[in-house]
Amino acid sequence: MDKPFAITLNPGSSLANHTGSWRTARPVYLDRLPPCNNQCPAGEDIQGWLFHAESGDYEAAWRHLTRDNPFAAIMGRVCYHTCESACNRGKIDEAVGINSVERFLGDEAIKRGWKFAAPAMETGKKVLIVGAGPSGMSAAYHLRRLGHAVTVMDAGPFMGGMMRFGIPKYRLPREALDAEMQRIVDMGVSVKLNSKVDNILEQMKAGSFDAAFLAVGAHIGKRAMIPSGDAAKIVDAISVLRSMEGEDKPMLGRRVVVYGGGNTAVDVARTVKRMGAEPIIVYRRTRDKAPAHDFEIEEALQEGVMIKWLSTIKQAGDHQITVEKMQLDDKGFPQPTGEFETLEADSVVLALGQDVDLGLLNGVPGLEVTKDGVVKVGQDLMTGHPGIFAGGDMVPAERNVTVAVGHGKKAARHIDAWLRGASYAPPPKPEVAQFEKLNPWYYMDAPKTVRPMLDIIRRQSTFDEVQGGLDEGNALFEARRCLSCGNCFECDNCYGVCPDNAVIKLGPGKRFQFNYDYCKGCGVCVAECPCGAIKMVAEEI
Amino acid sequence: MSAQQTVKFYQTGTFTVGNRLLAPEERSVQANMQRTNSINSGHRACQGCGEALGARYAIDAAMNATNRQLIAANATGCLEVFSTPYPETSWQIPWIHSLFGNTAAVGTGIAAAIKVKRQKGELKEDVRVVAQGGDGGTTDIGFGCLSGMFERNDDVLYICYDNGGYMNTGVQRSSATPPAARTATTMPVGPEPGNPFGQGKFVPAIAMAHEIPYVATATVADLRDLEAKVTKAMGMRGARYIHILVPCPLGWGTASHDTIRMARLAKETGIFPVFEAEYGEIKSALAIRRQLPVEEYLRPQKRYAHLFGKQPAVATIARIQAIADKNIRKYGLLAAQGQ
Ligand SMILES: Cc1cc2nc3c(=O)[nH]c(=O)nc-3n(C[C@H](O)[C@H](O)[C@H](O)COP(=O)(O)OP(=O)(O)OC[C@H]3O[C@@H](n4cnc5c(N)ncnc54)[C@H](O)[C@@H]3O)c2cc1C
Ligand code: SF4
Ligand code: SF4
Repeated sequence: MDKPFAITLNPGSSLANHTGSWRTARPVYLDRLPPCNNQCPAGEDIQGWLFHAESGDYEAAWRHLTRDNPFAAIMGRVCYHTCESACNRGKIDEAVGINSVERFLGDEAIKRGWKFAAPAMETGKKVLIVGAGPSGMSAAYHLRRLGHAVTVMDAGPFMGGMMRFGIPKYRLPREALDAEMQRIVDMGVSVKLNSKVDNILEQMKAGSFDAAFLAVGAHIGKRAMIPSGDAAKIVDAISVLRSMEGEDKPMLGRRVVVYGGGNTAVDVARTVKRMGAEPIIVYRRTRDKAPAHDFEIEEALQEGVMIKWLSTIKQAGDHQITVEKMQLDDKGFPQPTGEFETLEADSVVLALGQDVDLGLLNGVPGLEVTKDGVVKVGQDLMTGHPGIFAGGDMVPAERNVTVAVGHGKKAARHIDAWLRGASYAPPPKPEVAQFEKLNPWYYMDAPKTVRPMLDIIRRQSTFDEVQGGLDEGNALFEARRCLSCGNCFECDNCYGVCPDNAVIKLGPGKRFQFNYDYCKGCGVCVAECPCGAIKMVAEEI
Repeated sequence: MSAQQTVKFYQTGTFTVGNRLLAPEERSVQANMQRTNSINSGHRACQGCGEALGARYAIDAAMNATNRQLIAANATGCLEVFSTPYPETSWQIPWIHSLFGNTAAVGTGIAAAIKVKRQKGELKEDVRVVAQGGDGGTTDIGFGCLSGMFERNDDVLYICYDNGGYMNTGVQRSSATPPAARTATTMPVGPEPGNPFGQGKFVPAIAMAHEIPYVATATVADLRDLEAKVTKAMGMRGARYIHILVPCPLGWGTASHDTIRMARLAKETGIFPVFEAEYGEIKSALAIRRQLPVEEYLRPQKRYAHLFGKQPAVATIARIQAIADKNIRKYGLLAAQGQ
C-alpha cells in the first residue's frame, strides 16, 4: 500500500483492542423476584401481567394473570391485596394500585367474553374435588388445564362457597362471581351442586377417582355461652349472610347487636344496615386490636354502623342485653371492670369465627386433625391419607380467598405429580428485588389513582357495589406506575449508558446482551438500571 | 423547557434512555439500534469514563441531526489520546486531530472549505462541522482560537467535555478545576488546601458574552436534554457552544460505576447549572428535581477528601454551597422555567 509521508502502518479499528481483558467483575442480566409477586398468596406474576397491561394489551395481561389465578374480577374486589403493602413504589410515592388494575382486567375479560382453552390432551385421570369455593374451583381450573377429568361436588345450591354465602353483594356483585365460576365449568369441569359428600372414601370409590382435593371451608358458627332468656333472639352471622342469598330474608328487628370484631361482624352489620335496621357491633377489645381490616371498619362507620369497643355481652334478654365494660391489661388482653350497661336489642348476631365440619372425613385412616379442629397437611397439601389433599379454610392457614386460591393451585401441581407417581419440586425462588436494588431516579412522580366510591345514601340503603372500578385511561396509567422491579422492561438505559458500547440491543422483546470482549466492568449499567435487572459478579482471575 | 419534556407519562416518563412504549420518533438517539456509535468499542478510556460517554452521546446526536454529514475536529487531550493510538481509531466518522490549542480554528477552516466547495458546486451535501476538546484544550490552551471563532460567528458547533483538569497527563489543574479540588498541581496543603477559590473561568458565560446564536450546558446524566440541545444546535447556523460536564473517575477519585450519578449530583446540588442561551440571553434552565446539599456531591470524590477529615472543613464546604446557591439564584434552577 502507498502510504503518505511518515506513515508506516495501515489504519485499523480499535475493535482490535479487546478491552474486556481489563475487567475484574462482569455485569450479568438476571430476573429478580418482585416483592409484590413474592407476597401474593396466589403466586401471581404481578409484574409480569402489569408489563402487558402497560402497553394496553389487556388480553395478554389477563392471560398472563390467569396462569396463576383464574379469578381476576373476584380478586380485584375481595382480595386484601397484601401485594400493595410490599410494593416498592410505596417507598417513592404510593404503591401501585395492583388490585384495581386486576379488577379492570377481570371486568374486561367478562365484558369481552374471553375464555379459557380446554386442555390439549386428556390424561385419563379422575380427580374429585369437594367444595366449590375459591380453593376447590381454583384446583379444578389448574387440574383441568393439566388435562385431568375433574368433578366438583358441593353441598350448596350455587358455586362460590363463602364468596357467595358470606361476602355480601355490595362488595362482590354476583354477576362477576358467576361469570368467573362459569368460565371454569366451560373448560369441561363437571360441577354437581346440592350434592353433599358424607364419606370421602366411599365417594371416591363409587366414582373411581384417582385422587381427591378437599376444600369444604369453615362454616359452623362458633357459639358463646351467653346466659339468655327464652325471648332472646340469638343467631349466627353465617346463617344470616347465607339467608341473604335465598328468598327468605332474615327477620332481625330494628336494633341488631352484632357480637365480634372480625370482617364477618362488619359485613353482617353493613348488611343489616342496608335492610333498614340499626346495627351496633359489640367487641371486647379496641379498634386497633380488632381482626377486621381497618378500611372495612372505616367504611362501616361511614355508613352509620355503631361500634361499642371494649365491651362483652353478659346477658341477653327480651329486646335488651347487658354489656360489661372491659379494660386492656398490660399484655393487651381485655379484663372485666364490673361496670355494666343495658342496650336495646331485638336480636343478637354472633360473629365469633367458624369451625370446620369434618364429618366427611370420619374413619379415614392416617388423617390427622389439629387441636384447632383443622386438617393437618404436609408441604404438598396432602393429608395423612395418601391421595387425599386439602386446602383453603379447612387447613391451618390464614383464612381468605387468595390463600384459598393459592392452595388450589399448589394442590393441583402436587396432585398432578402424585398421579404420575412423581413429586413436584417448585423451582428455586430468585432473589427478591429489594428497593435498594433499584435506581428510582428514573421514575417520574405519579400518585396513585383512587377508585371511585358509591355515594353514602346508596351505600346505606342498597346492595349496589360500594367501590367502583377504573376506566381504561386510568387503568393504563396505574399499570404504568409499576417500576418493573427486578425485571428488564427494555428502557434501553444499559444500552445507552455504557461508555464502551459493550451492550448489544437485540431488538423489541428480545432484551440485551453484554459484549464481554469490550466490557471493562465499570458497572455503570448496574448503577443506572432503574429496576435492578443487572448485577456484578466477580470475574474468576 | 425543551420539547422532549412534554412527552406523556410512560412509566418512567422521559428520564430513561429509551422506552418500549414510546413511538420510535419520540425515543432518544442512543436508544436506536442503528445509532452511529461514533466512538466505537476498544477505545482505551478508563473504566466508567464520562468523556467517552459524553462524546458518543453528543456526536451520535449530531450525526443523527445532520443526516450523517458531519466532520469533527478534535483537540489533543484525553478524548484524542484514548480514541486514536496510532494506527488505530475508534472514530466511525470523518475526524481530524488538531493541535492542543487550535481545534476551533481547524473547525473554522473546514467550515470555510466546505462553503467554497459548495459555492463551486463541488459538494452536494450540506456537510456540517463540530470542533471538540476537553476543558484544557478549550478553557486554557485553545481559548484564543475559540473566542475568535465565536467573534467571527463561524459555522461551527464547539463542544467542550469538561472533566475539570488535565487528566491523562496525571491530573493537573485547568481553569475549569473547581475550588478546593485536589489535583497534582493543587495539593491539599496549607491554609487553603486544593484549588484556590476565586480563580478559573466558566466558559459558557464567556461564550454568551460573545452573543453567539446558541450556548448550552449539559451533563451525561440528562441524555434527553443533551440530545435535544445538540439537535437544536445543529439546526442553527453560526457559532454555537455546548459545554458538557463529564465526570472523570480517575481525576475525581470516584467509583467507576458512579459516573452518571456524579453528574446527576452536580446538577441536583446546583454546582453545575444546566441551561440554554440564545444570542447572549438565558432561555431556559433544567430544574433541579430533588435539591441536595453540596456535601452529597463532594463526599464521594477523593479530590475533596481533605474536606472530610477528622475535622470536617465546614467553612470550605459552606463556601462551595454558596457557589451552588448563587447558581440556583442566577439561573433559576429551582422549579425554574419549564419542566
Ligand atoms: C362474611 C365473610 C366475609 C369474607 N370476606 C372476605 C374478603 O373480603 N376477602 C377474602 O379474601 N376473604 C374473605 N372471607 C374469607 C373467605 O371467604 C374464605 O377464606 C374463603 O371463601 C375460603 O375458601 P374455601 O374454598 O376454603 O371454602 P369456602 O369458600 O367456604 O367453600 C367451601 C364449599 O364447600 C362446600 N361444602 C362444605 N362441606 C361440604 C361437603 N361435605 N360436601 C360438599 N360440599 C361441601 C360448601 O357448600 C362451600 O361451597 C370472608 C369470609 C366471611 C365469612
Ligand atoms: S412497582 Fe411493580 S413490580 Fe415493583 S412491587 Fe410494585 S407492582 Fe410489583
Ligand atoms: S437498564 Fe433498562 S434495558 Fe437494561 S436491563 Fe435494566 S431495565 Fe432492561
